[in-house]
Amino acid sequence: MNAPLSLLKMRFLMGLQYRAAAAAGILTQLFFGLILIMVYAAFYTHNGEAQPMTLKEVVAYVWLQQMFFALIVLWQFDGELFELITGGNIAYELCRPWRLYPIWYAKLLAARLSSASLRCLPVALVVFILPEPYRMPLPTSPAAFLLFTLALLSGLLLVAAISMLVYISVFWTMSPVGSVLMIAVAGEFFAGMIVPVLLMPGWMQTIAGLLPFRWMVDFPFRVYTGHIGVQEAIAGIGIQMIWLAVLAAAGQWLMGRALRRVVVQGG
Amino acid sequence: MRLYFKYMSILFKSQLQYRTSFWLLCAGQFFVPFTVFAGIYFLFERFGKLPGWTFHEAALCFGVIHMAFSVSECFVRGFDAFSRLIVRGDFDRLLVRPRSTVIQVLGSNFEFTRFGRMLQSAVVLGIAVSGLSVQWTPAKIITLILMIAGGVVVFSGICMLRASFCFWTVQGLEVMNIFTDGGREMAQYPLDIYAKWVTRFFTFIIPFGAVSYLPLLYILDRTDGPDLLYMAMPLASLLFLAPCLAVWRVGVRHYRSTGS
Repeated sequence: MNAPLSLLKMRFLMGLQYRAAAAAGILTQLFFGLILIMVYAAFYTHNGEAQPMTLKEVVAYVWLQQMFFALIVLWQFDGELFELITGGNIAYELCRPWRLYPIWYAKLLAARLSSASLRCLPVALVVFILPEPYRMPLPTSPAAFLLFTLALLSGLLLVAAISMLVYISVFWTMSPVGSVLMIAVAGEFFAGMIVPVLLMPGWMQTIAGLLPFRWMVDFPFRVYTGHIGVQEAIAGIGIQMIWLAVLAAAGQWLMGRALRRVVVQGG
Repeated sequence: MRLYFKYMSILFKSQLQYRTSFWLLCAGQFFVPFTVFAGIYFLFERFGKLPGWTFHEAALCFGVIHMAFSVSECFVRGFDAFSRLIVRGDFDRLLVRPRSTVIQVLGSNFEFTRFGRMLQSAVVLGIAVSGLSVQWTPAKIITLILMIAGGVVVFSGICMLRASFCFWTVQGLEVMNIFTDGGREMAQYPLDIYAKWVTRFFTFIIPFGAVSYLPLLYILDRTDGPDLLYMAMPLASLLFLAPCLAVWRVGVRHYRSTGS
């Protein structure tokens, strides 16, 4: 097995160790989901018909967000990698006979996959049997579900590519705080994690459309609800791939530059 | 109390040593709830209003809760980060000193970067107050201050409760985030938009309703019944603090050291 893949597997298994944290996460996710749905339900009692999304679609959106929280959240970063850079242990990393970008990328993917796989199913089990109006609706068609899975996974690849840029930025700034904050605050907002993109005002939607973030969250979730049709969804996955290629290429290039002039910290 | 301020000034100076990082974090703390508030604004713009609440009324609620949250995050941080003291065995040192453990834990950590967040809440409060057509009598201003103070007490109580559980579990309990972060997210909207069980739980068990929703009715002149009762509601938060302190005491007595 090649190095990035086996690293992915190792990290995945390591992440599975944290079961208690996952249980706590599940409860938190359920609570947040319920609260959010109540808020939206209250908003929808007034002027609810005229909206671009039905309440049902918003409910699905909220639950998907809670179920796949670990896959898409931009707050979560691996402190170990930051310490490698700022602490100077990057030197060992550079001695190893592999290219850094794919290795780190695999690590990030694995961490997200393992924590999501622990949380997703239990949350799913609960939300599909909740009483109305909280119940999670089924996908509109098998095709929609299939496309949703694809879109979500390529969205995950995008998330990892964007987080890589944050790690790489630390080569220059030496402190993760600033970049993490900027990306997390702006990214979460434009991804539609605070308010679904469709419920934002028009000018905000235009800005969100120009950025990669909405392809990680907003797009797959709307494929699930059938809001985005099959044709459009396939085209959308294509756009995700283009973004992914652009971001990964930028990441590789920047990392190459950073490593050429890397200063090893510490003695 | 003098000791508490002494701790505070020492930690403040030490945090200011990394000046750029400090200001960056402050700015970040300013923007985090900012996007949440922007989200609420967009929802109001789209839907017009919540049942029974206009944007500025909801903003007042948001401002009060977020102000209380950031003040308690700044000054009660010691309890928030308490599991670290336990894991490292540092709590032993606190026990041998002839001062109350509560004061010492409070003084063990401050998060002054939360000033950014406080500033943001102040801005929201400003927007809310200027947008409301309320006659601001002294009684109402006092009520508003009481609401924030009561909110701080509630958040502090939760933090203390979470810290007390560390005596048994060593690691911090992540579930308690439901009550701190979750409580904040929930109480930033007026409580009556939620289902009954949520409203009841967060009024009678954890009194967010008593510090935000009920006195808010008084400020907006929607009370029915004696005003004084609504005004004094935030004091109920003290009733919540008492059992939290008691649990803390029991916890301290149960403490068996960890670490080497």
